[in-house]
Amino acid sequence: MNSKDILIKVNHLYKIFGEGDKSALDLVKNGMSKEELLEKSNCVLGLNNINLKINKGKIQVVMGLSGSGKSTLIRHLNRLIEPTSGEILFNDRNILDLTPKELIKFRQNNMSMVFQKFALFPHKTVLQNVGYGLAIQNISKDEWSDKAQKWIKRVGLDGYEAYYPGQLSGGMQQRVGLARALATDAEILLMDEAFSALDPLIRSEMQNILLDLQNELHKTIIFITHDLDEALKIGDRIAILRDGSMVQDSDPQEIIMNPADEYVSDFIKDINRARVIQAKSIMTSTNTKSSGATVKEDMVLEDILQIMSDAPSKPVTIENSKGKITGKIEMVNLIEGMKRPKSLGTNITG
Amino acid sequence: MDWFFNFPDMSRSDLREFKKTVDFAFTDFSRTYGRGIEDFFEPLLMFLVWFEKLFINTPWPIIIFCILLLAWIGSRSILIVVGTFLSFMLIGYFGMWEDTMSTLAIILVATFLCIAIGIPLGIAMARNNKVQAAIVPILDVMQTIPSFVYLIPVVMLLGIGKVPGLIAVCIYAIPPIVRLTNLGIRLVDKDVLEAADSFGANYWQKLFGVQMPLALPTIFAGVNQTIMMALAMVVIASMIGVKGLGLPVLRAISNQYLALGLMNGLAIVILAIIFDRVTQKFGLRMQKYRNEGKD
Repeated sequence: MNSKDILIKVNHLYKIFGEGDKSALDLVKNGMSKEELLEKSNCVLGLNNINLKINKGKIQVVMGLSGSGKSTLIRHLNRLIEPTSGEILFNDRNILDLTPKELIKFRQNNMSMVFQKFALFPHKTVLQNVGYGLAIQNISKDEWSDKAQKWIKRVGLDGYEAYYPGQLSGGMQQRVGLARALATDAEILLMDEAFSALDPLIRSEMQNILLDLQNELHKTIIFITHDLDEALKIGDRIAILRDGSMVQDSDPQEIIMNPADEYVSDFIKDINRARVIQAKSIMTSTNTKSSGATVKEDMVLEDILQIMSDAPSKPVTIENSKGKITGKIEMVNLIEGMKRPKSLGTNITG
Repeated sequence: MDWFFNFPDMSRSDLREFKKTVDFAFTDFSRTYGRGIEDFFEPLLMFLVWFEKLFINTPWPIIIFCILLLAWIGSRSILIVVGTFLSFMLIGYFGMWEDTMSTLAIILVATFLCIAIGIPLGIAMARNNKVQAAIVPILDVMQTIPSFVYLIPVVMLLGIGKVPGLIAVCIYAIPPIVRLTNLGIRLVDKDVLEAADSFGANYWQKLFGVQMPLALPTIFAGVNQTIMMALAMVVIASMIGVKGLGLPVLRAISNQYLALGLMNGLAIVILAIIFDRVTQKFGLRMQKYRNEGKD
């Protein structure tokens, strides 16, 4: 990872909620657990020594169960919550050193946010909602409504400009939320469980809209979710939080192949491995052509199985996106890859 | 065991001394500063007199036309406009036109004063918990203390007349608007405020762009209550020299004139109902975004 590709760097970030958080900080640094801390000092440990590097133009997913601190973490990035200790570097500038005026400028220009419960302004029309981030920068009405119009069209809400949020369905409301966040042209997009409140079909549709937009815009997106399928679908990297601590932060394939601990294993045990694991994760490296068909290295096992079932004894050749041969897969590799790792237990009925 | 059966109270002479000290101190205060305070309120008095004259001297058809126009702008309801028209015709026919105009004038000025002072006060309370903690007890006192009690110092300072009457009305009528402004702003959805924050809105942009518009229905309920309470004070205000519908009621009480009391009392009720319906309809129309369907 080249250091100039990193846009945001979170270093040793701690957040403790409650009175006397400074003294509680020392206890936490000395290894006190969340439960112990709550009992001893009546403070709640929000984030415990978070270190995270977020790459420019990528989608960084932060995952965890409720109460794991993921929403707290994302709110530190635009300082809706102040940390107890640590630093957050944006282009090597510590966000925590910004004066109130600079912080307002930073929020207006560099970061925008999409919320789980949409948080649209109920008294403003769709057009006014989408243009809000621009309107508060004292940009002329003509200019902001032009831009807002463009984004309303882009998220497929053409013709709904004069509606109020209360008149729209949940999916449409979140499109407004997305358009509102995109309208300011901020390079960083914070998405706090943005699609969790939507029903599965709409959610999948919104994920596709986001991926489409990302192909075109290459924003740096920090995406919070508790849904592993969603994380695997859109994440370039996935960080997993538990009780305010970072458990694992890696490539999605890596998380499935090598879960860092029991907690992560638990998370991934119910996924359909054949549909998620890609060829490159299980192939045997080689640069010579094998006897079977040739497939791309990001093809998932389910599709490879389909191809191999015609000629089970012939190993398939794996090539990378540039057409160079990088490895091969035999039937036995496929079976090995689809089976759960030992640490996940062999409970077939579950 | 005497203390057990009789409360160990202050001796009579001490108590008399205490009361005397307080009374003298306040008399001194009003002698020294009364003139200055009266001068301070002089412009308000001039305005009140001018405003009342304006209402009384304008020919009645013009006044009725203006009132009906306002009722229509506020409520957009033919029913309310027709009701208002009939009510005012009836009031005029029974010879209460001039008193009604006087009352209308003082109520409008009092309401305007209450809004001008009450809303900023409510905003300050919503912004800061300490300000809220300091003002809430004062509002409690203002709402529960018998009005006659604060009439005494007001009359001692300013004598009898329109200004002390106006002050008495305002003391009684201002708490709802302050309370409901504070409440309305505090009830604005935290998520929406967070969204405004995340886009870099400053305090004033949040206040006027998000909090006030969303609190408006609640604030308007406060304005409505303030008008109602100001009307309720009309009779008491007439005791210290405010002209209007309250004066005949007062006369009716002391002389047991049933018809006179009933007529003027009902005129006050009619004013109250008209104000209430128009402001409520107006408050509802301001929340059109909550209604179903486009526009």
